[in-house]
Amino acid sequence: MTDGFLYFALIFLSAAVIVVPLAKRSGLGAILGYLLAGVIIGPFGMGLIKNPEAILHFAEFGVVMMLFLIGLELQPLTLWRLRKPILGLGGSQVALTTFLIAAGCLAMGLSWPVGLAIGLGLALSSTAIAIQLMNERNIFTTYTGQSSFSVLLFQDIAIIPILAIIPLLAVGGDVGSVQQAIEVVEEQAGGSLWEKGLMVIGLVSVIIAVGHYAMRPALRYIAQTGVREIFTATALLLVIGVTFLMKSVGLSAALGAFIAGVILADSEYRHEIEAQIEPFKALLLGLFFISVGMSMNFDILASDWMTALGALLGLLIIKFAVLFFLAKIFKFDFAQNLIFSTLLAQGGEFGFVVFQFANQVNLINADLTSLLNMVVALSMAATPLMLMFYDRVIVRRLQNAQNFDVLPEKPSIKTHSPVLIFGNGRFGQVVARLLQANKIQTTILDHDPKQIDTMRRFGWEVFYGDVMDMELLHAAGAEKAKLLVLAINDREKSVAAASLIKQKYPHLKIYARAYDRRHAYELSKVGVDYFERETFHAALNMGREVLMALGYRAYEARNLALRFAKHDRKILIESFSYFEDEKALISFAQQSREELTRIFESDRTDAELHREEGWDEDDGNKPQIGKR
Amino acid sequence: MSGTVLIIYAHPAHQTSRVNRRMMETARDLEGVTVRDLYELYPDFHIKVKIEQALIEKHTHIVFQHPFFWYSCPSLLKEYIDLTLSYGWAYGPQGTALNGKTLLSAITTGGGADAYKRTGHNFYTVNELLQPFDQTARLCGMTYLEPFILNGSLQVNDQAIDAHCNRYRQKIIDLRNGDIGEVYQR
Ligand SMILES: Cc1cc2nc3c(=O)[nH]c(=O)nc-3n(C[C@H](O)[C@H](O)[C@H](O)COP(=O)(O)O)c2cc1C
Repeated sequence: MTDGFLYFALIFLSAAVIVVPLAKRSGLGAILGYLLAGVIIGPFGMGLIKNPEAILHFAEFGVVMMLFLIGLELQPLTLWRLRKPILGLGGSQVALTTFLIAAGCLAMGLSWPVGLAIGLGLALSSTAIAIQLMNERNIFTTYTGQSSFSVLLFQDIAIIPILAIIPLLAVGGDVGSVQQAIEVVEEQAGGSLWEKGLMVIGLVSVIIAVGHYAMRPALRYIAQTGVREIFTATALLLVIGVTFLMKSVGLSAALGAFIAGVILADSEYRHEIEAQIEPFKALLLGLFFISVGMSMNFDILASDWMTALGALLGLLIIKFAVLFFLAKIFKFDFAQNLIFSTLLAQGGEFGFVVFQFANQVNLINADLTSLLNMVVALSMAATPLMLMFYDRVIVRRLQNAQNFDVLPEKPSIKTHSPVLIFGNGRFGQVVARLLQANKIQTTILDHDPKQIDTMRRFGWEVFYGDVMDMELLHAAGAEKAKLLVLAINDREKSVAAASLIKQKYPHLKIYARAYDRRHAYELSKVGVDYFERETFHAALNMGREVLMALGYRAYEARNLALRFAKHDRKILIESFSYFEDEKALISFAQQSREELTRIFESDRTDAELHREEGWDEDDGNKPQIGKR
Repeated sequence: MSGTVLIIYAHPAHQTSRVNRRMMETARDLEGVTVRDLYELYPDFHIKVKIEQALIEKHTHIVFQHPFFWYSCPSLLKEYIDLTLSYGWAYGPQGTALNGKTLLSAITTGGGADAYKRTGHNFYTVNELLQPFDQTARLCGMTYLEPFILNGSLQVNDQAIDAHCNRYRQKIIDLRNGDIGEVYQR
């Protein structure tokens, strides 16, 4: 019973369910929670699970899925725009860090091939940790986020040549000529380099071609069957298939999945795929963090804690320094730079892969390998702690130093504004400006330090925080406030937040920014008091201007637009009862379109009738009353 | 008193107008005449008061041209009056901006001339119904002129409209040249 699937599931899920919420509550964050859960159930904790490596191997698939999802968010064009940071920032990060760490190892008396292998392995940061943390802070799309991502992406690509070099290093000084070197690599790879290269190029082209031409019709075909779980299965199959293909030629599966994601980024099924994969990714990533926690070898720490801690500190300091230096060259401002350098200063999951491989080819001995793995795992755990330190200590310092108006701040004293505005982007800003111009006290909150930074520079008081954080809402005075404007640009989150806030603060009216009709529907379902579709009025005004450009009188164009808007809203609200049933919805939409045409038509005839008399004796409607 | 003429034109259905549109167009290109097409300028009823007041200050004769709607003016002209003729500017202490100017109502009524008398459909004469405008002018120290009216605007044929437009054009020219014609009889 102790090695079956159900047993594993039972242990993992219980650990996650018990520990993660506790960690989150106490401010440690979800990642540390998972790591901790891993330590607890692992060989050095309660010993409930015996073979963490196997599970780690399986859970790495979570990282693959994460990269697939990131790919989905990135249009090829965005990727192209990032080429400079990817090559410049990422390339120099890997090179410089490798060099410094290798030099350090040499100084400690290790041989240069070993030093180089360690340097290469440790230069790679943890995509899983960094991206998860960026998502938590919602900075993925900011300059800092994109730069961090560029570095991570370069590292994901770099893993290919790194794995090729390791066997070369293993034979170390014995490699006399290039010819010999190639032979060594080919022996390891089990085929000629030429063949390999061609296979890689061929495979990537196949992925691109299939993704581009075949996936779309296939997805449509499957979507049309209307069997939801088969769509889920297809999405999973897609990721697993790509992983399998890439692995079969010894390539980074994460990279393959990323490419597949990018290719599907402009397909209409993007969101659906995203929604289907997301829960799997989240769970697997959790499992991944748990296994990292489990694989922490505390024996090493106990036997040689000086070396382990020294290595850990060395690693963090070197990586941080290199990143900080590069970010300076790339002209980050100070606060951005701190976050960026902290986010990427750890060792990552690819490090495990590199060291394990180096161990296989007898380059690094088993003890050193466990030590390195331990250091990487510890550095991963250190990252959220360092960010916490940044939030709690550095931010305050910088604020006190006054020359940085950059820094996110949670509202510490209770404010008593009648209005809270959440999300201070293009949408929330307009609402806030209108209210504040009229001296209505508003408390503005945002999730995005970059945005806050900008707004603060323009003299706005904006607080930092997450809308799902009920503590924060309490601190912002939700009990006393009348109304909350929910203007964040995250569709799912705004629905989740609205529902949560409605439960917690039923008296608080929620006015929500809706992305589109479906979002408006979802918001209404959880009880928001008012919604406004974010582009509707802009488009309506555009339509009005077009009518005028075509010769309509301004007043008539206005009336037509208002008439349209009123009807549209009425229909939207009526259509809510059909939203779960696409067929009914389509027929309803058709019907209302016809209705609208009829309304405009009858308005026109009415206008004509209106001209007709009624003000004259001859019209036959002699007034009865009122004669004096 | 020669000078300039400011026509405040208010017609919400200008696009289907038979009479007012042509009247406005015949007067628009005259020298010394400015037309403010209210429904085109302020479709949202948000009147730029400062601009309108400055225009009034620059002109000697003001004309309210509009179809007769419910024995009065279309609503946007009412809004214009409400906002533009402000306290301290048009009336009240220091409210002297309009002193000495003239005000003319140029209107078209759907009802025929016969309908606007005690025995008619509308009981009151048009002039009686225009008393609020007269009193407005009085309060602001303006001279209210004898209204320029076309009755039965819905029935008149093209010829009659042409003739009316010519008379209107002449009326505006006369005003501009300082010939204010008859004054409203109280
Ligand atoms: C809302 C409305 C109210 C009206 N009220 C009156 C009125 O009170 N007395 C009248 O004689 N005609 C009335 N009419 C008729 C208009 O005066 C007539 O349509 C206008 O003079 C036509 O001029 P036009 O050809 O420039 O549009 C009214 C018309 C509308 C649309």
